[in-house]
Amino acid sequence: MTTLTEVPETAAARETPARRRRRVDRLPYLLLLPALVIIGVLLLWPLGQVVAMSFYRLNSVRQLRGDREWPWVGLGNYTQILSDPFFLTVLRNTVLFAVANVLLTMVLGTLVGLLLNRLGRKMATFVASCVMLAWATPALTGTIVWKWIFDDTSGLVTWLFNALPDGLSNGLFGRSDWTGYGWFNSPLLFFAILTLVVVWHSFPFIAVSVLAGLKSVPSELHEAARVDGASAWRVFWRITFPLLRPVFGILIVLSTIWDFKVFTQQFVLAGGTQDRPTFMLSIYSYAEAFSPPPKYGLGAAIAVILTLILLVVTGFYVRMVLRQEDES
Amino acid sequence: MRKVALNAAGLLVALFAAFPVYWMISTSLKPSSEIFSSTPQPVPTHPTLTHYREILTGNLIPGVSFFDFFLNSALVAVSTVVLSGLVALLAATAVARFRFKLRTSFLIMLLVVQMIPLEALVIPLFLMIQRLGLYNTLPSLILTYLGFSLPFAVWMLRGFVAAVPKELEEAAAIDGASRAQTFRRILFPLVAPGLVATSIFSFITAWNELIFALTFINDQGRYTLPVAMTFFFGRDDTNWGPVMAASTLFTLPVIIFFLLVQRRMVSGLVAGAVKG
Repeated sequence: MTTLTEVPETAAARETPARRRRRVDRLPYLLLLPALVIIGVLLLWPLGQVVAMSFYRLNSVRQLRGDREWPWVGLGNYTQILSDPFFLTVLRNTVLFAVANVLLTMVLGTLVGLLLNRLGRKMATFVASCVMLAWATPALTGTIVWKWIFDDTSGLVTWLFNALPDGLSNGLFGRSDWTGYGWFNSPLLFFAILTLVVVWHSFPFIAVSVLAGLKSVPSELHEAARVDGASAWRVFWRITFPLLRPVFGILIVLSTIWDFKVFTQQFVLAGGTQDRPTFMLSIYSYAEAFSPPPKYGLGAAIAVILTLILLVVTGFYVRMVLRQEDES
Repeated sequence: MRKVALNAAGLLVALFAAFPVYWMISTSLKPSSEIFSSTPQPVPTHPTLTHYREILTGNLIPGVSFFDFFLNSALVAVSTVVLSGLVALLAATAVARFRFKLRTSFLIMLLVVQMIPLEALVIPLFLMIQRLGLYNTLPSLILTYLGFSLPFAVWMLRGFVAAVPKELEEAAAIDGASRAQTFRRILFPLVAPGLVATSIFSFITAWNELIFALTFINDQGRYTLPVAMTFFFGRDDTNWGPVMAASTLFTLPVIIFFLLVQRRMVSGLVAGAVKG
């Protein structure tokens, strides 16, 4: 890092040192002020507020507007949630979904990153551009398209399964006519499709980051190892992975954070907040708070639980970034 | 042989990644008879713009046209971009150009607040919006998205500011330029490309957002495009032609903007360590 002097040594600075220094001392804080106010009011204050709200029974908009009292219930909302067996279902869904998605995204993303590094120039550009398309597509429209692909009458997947030879289809799945089959009806299948959608959206970021990391590793190392007859598997675990360990660390943490709070894709795929068996923490919190009858306090308590889980993950992330900053 | 296998794998990846986007555009150009036929056509055999005409001339939701929603979305996104760019530029200059006591604390805070699950803030922000009397207004969304896009914008911009050689400003100062002049004449033009890149990210954040828009706006005439789309498409018998046409119109600007700036996205998130 270069040394940053605060004041350029100019003639003006020497003429009125006292005035100049005072202005300079304040200037950075003045420049920061608007950002600090916005972050404070729109992010930090609500973060505190959600904790506060979780201690009250808030069941009407009038209470929010301040027209009615806020009855204090202490940890009542938390005990209500934690003693409800449904919470366990939600927690299990959330954790299993996050683990599965992080794992799949990382594996697929890394493989694609390695592949892009090995492809010829033209082919690599072509594949990378296609991969970018998946990344760039908004969560909303990406999910709508996948829903169309899984449409129960004219969807591509329904057609594919109908196209299987009847005998094979009957033998494997016990049915040959797939028209009208509800792909989203069983929770397991729903989560499988949601995983497909989320992995499709998020593997490009991993692939591109891994590729960027690979480009920074001197290629002689790989070549030397390969000349020595090491298999691709060994080269990856012995050379590539240790060198890119910090990048992988950050990518895993970021993916974990993102996959723990998936909302849009689930909301669109499930068609709203009615499909309780597939609830995860973020949509559970939203549904409790905003589906009539509103239970803002309860929703806030669930949001706090989600935030606490993510806080732990964030701790890892910040430590990693700071360590990287020190090294560079 | 090895080469062939690699290229085949590459094509497979490309197909998986790009197919949904292709299928969206392709479906939007097919006449309904082709969309609902029992054997899907890989390419539209009779391409038509009917669905686009229907979307652009008819009403997406009774009484409200696509353009109304488009305008709402554009108004919200552009306001967010302008405000967030301005504030972020000031803050980025502070962290990239000055050493002061709270600098490191501020940078750490920027990292941490980016990790706040925004989904957890719907309820308290709903409270704030109700209290401010902004419920059911577009400014409620502008305010919300401003908060969401700012930390990343500052984080990204500080790299651009730091990349401008300090000597230029010092030279200007020696020539007698005031701080404001130096900022306006030297720093601003040189940081402008970075500001554009940052703005595009803020734009995409605001343009794509669904949950808050769904929660804070009640009046159909004030829906943003994403909310309108979920209503339009959530009807019982989804008419996929117009839905895909609307999705395409919604998606294309994002893809174009995104491709312009994606390089910086990676460095902004991973190499978070742009020197400053």
